[in-house]
Amino acid sequence: MTTYPWAAGYVAGDRPQIVTARFQYEDSHTLERYLATGGYQGLRAALAKPAASVHDDVKGATVLGRGGAGFPAGTKWGLTPAGKFPRYLVVNGDESEPGTYKDRLLMECDPHQLIEGCLIACYAAGLSQCFLYIRGEMAVAHERVGRALNEAYAAGYVGKNILGTKFSVDIALHWGAGAYVVGEETALIESLEGKRGEPRLKPPYFPAAIGLYGQPTIVNNVETLANLPWLLRNGVEAYTAIGTQTSPGTRMVAVSGHVKRPGVFEIINGTTTFRDLLYGEEFCGGIRNGNDLKAFVPGGGSAPWFTPEQLDLPFEGRLVGAAGSMLGSGAIMVMDSTTDIPKAALSLTRFYAHESCGQCTPCREGGTWLERILSRICDGHGTTSDLDLLIEVGTSICPGDFPHASSTKLGLEATPFPYKMTTICFVGPSAYAPVHSALTLFREEFEAKIVKRTSIPVTVGH
Amino acid sequence: MSRLNAANLDLAQEIIGRYPVARSATIPLLHLSQEQNGYVTRDAMQQIAELVDCTAAEVYGTASFYEMFKFEPIGKFCVNICRSISCHLVGGDELVEHAEHVLGIKPGGTTADGLFTLEAVECMAACTEAPTLQVNYRHRFRVTHEDFDRLIDDLRAGRLDGEIPPHGTLARERQHIPADRAAGNVSPDTPITPAWMEAAQ
Repeated sequence: MTTYPWAAGYVAGDRPQIVTARFQYEDSHTLERYLATGGYQGLRAALAKPAASVHDDVKGATVLGRGGAGFPAGTKWGLTPAGKFPRYLVVNGDESEPGTYKDRLLMECDPHQLIEGCLIACYAAGLSQCFLYIRGEMAVAHERVGRALNEAYAAGYVGKNILGTKFSVDIALHWGAGAYVVGEETALIESLEGKRGEPRLKPPYFPAAIGLYGQPTIVNNVETLANLPWLLRNGVEAYTAIGTQTSPGTRMVAVSGHVKRPGVFEIINGTTTFRDLLYGEEFCGGIRNGNDLKAFVPGGGSAPWFTPEQLDLPFEGRLVGAAGSMLGSGAIMVMDSTTDIPKAALSLTRFYAHESCGQCTPCREGGTWLERILSRICDGHGTTSDLDLLIEVGTSICPGDFPHASSTKLGLEATPFPYKMTTICFVGPSAYAPVHSALTLFREEFEAKIVKRTSIPVTVGH
Repeated sequence: MSRLNAANLDLAQEIIGRYPVARSATIPLLHLSQEQNGYVTRDAMQQIAELVDCTAAEVYGTASFYEMFKFEPIGKFCVNICRSISCHLVGGDELVEHAEHVLGIKPGGTTADGLFTLEAVECMAACTEAPTLQVNYRHRFRVTHEDFDRLIDDLRAGRLDGEIPPHGTLARERQHIPADRAAGNVSPDTPITPAWMEAAQ
């Protein structure tokens, strides 16, 4: 287990490395180091064959999207209407889901790997121009990626007739300016068009049909693209030899909260379990102070919560979905026995209420209601009817049964992912997810705060 | 005065030149004007509207959606402390309270000397390194109350000026596409099959 001061949070181990292999070098962000460690060889391998064959490699390797939805990148690329050009690539570097920390590391520590991934995607899917959208608040990532692009242009890896071939593409570095919802791919496109970052109405469900400037557009996450250079350099077989058939390769995950050693790990996809991550010596080494685990969020702030009963689930989207949550953006937040559950739920719900773009009434009003009701419960001013009101407001955002984990203790069967929603995007449902999980699994903690309130003697007016 | 100066106007034209549709440059140009003036002025928004061919109201509509754009002067150092879940679990809220006490201001406020603006913000992608904060969008990790005090002292004394530029300057390194290497913008109005795809057909 090794850490590096220049890659804060990253923990290397005796595991395969597809995207973090260069983090061991302090100068991992320079072209010189990149070229000395196999850099741009994946691009050369790609340019040596027809674009369709590179696309087949990505489909064959089942490279799953690492942004949240887990949709296979090769399939996504294939959704562009045949023969319709120009097509664009928009890179989603707007990492801001609570608990998520990986894309920023990839951009700061290995920007050339991302650039090479963009080039491979553009070549394979016939994308004529690339926009690399980086979250505004990441000043160091802007500097590193900007410098890397300047180096790559000067060396002939980006721009006109790349490496002497017919392949030409510009990559423009684009700065965001602070808005969580822009991580939703159609909002990202609106933002890139210079507008307010409001998600677009669906259908069309995929910008692959109608995206940037109304043209077919592929939006891929930073980590997804960072996988491509290794895949092209080492081949589909080497890639699928890691992980499982449905979840091949590796994944970056961040484990934060009440563990002994929080960190960012590149783990084997599909087989590593939550127990491995939370308790394994090569990972977090257990709960802090030897406390008991109370609950954990398995896939970013939007994900329904798990309890110790779900620890043995592997990092496999299908199984985690059936168990009532999602793997999302590879962010696990751990809460030990000392955690004030209603307060933790409030912290998460406040985030989504604050980040609502305001387009959809159930999210704009509902998120704020959820936050206010939770706030007064946490402040000791809640009433018994507030708990029903939370569910009522939540159900107006997500009608029907909301996904949740099973609990033998409570005699609950799991309700599988996903949820139904009355909003354009997932921000509204995400405001409800922590409330629903906390109320379903830890109702007594809310009641305890309310009992205190009702025990206060009330003077009736004269 | 608060319009872009000559050097920044050149830079603005270069930035606009990287997009097939000028309006895409709106956010980068708002950053540029914030870099020049420390905040986004009405004149700058009017000028950006002219540059990207839309109305000043549309520029303001966009600018006001995003939290990084300020419409009045703020401190030289914008100190953003995270209060989202991973930081909340390990002392983020207490760090905000400590900062309020040390700086003598509430979140959203600026110190009388104009040096510090304090903000309680949401997740900044450093969750394993909680509690975390940013000064002018540059991270500090696992921040103790003592670390915070030292940071404020260092900033006051100018000891971090080399590392942390004043508020408004986001990145000190910019992308420049050399004219002889540029592939060129691909307009949505030119339905041309890319050359490397044609070769394959």
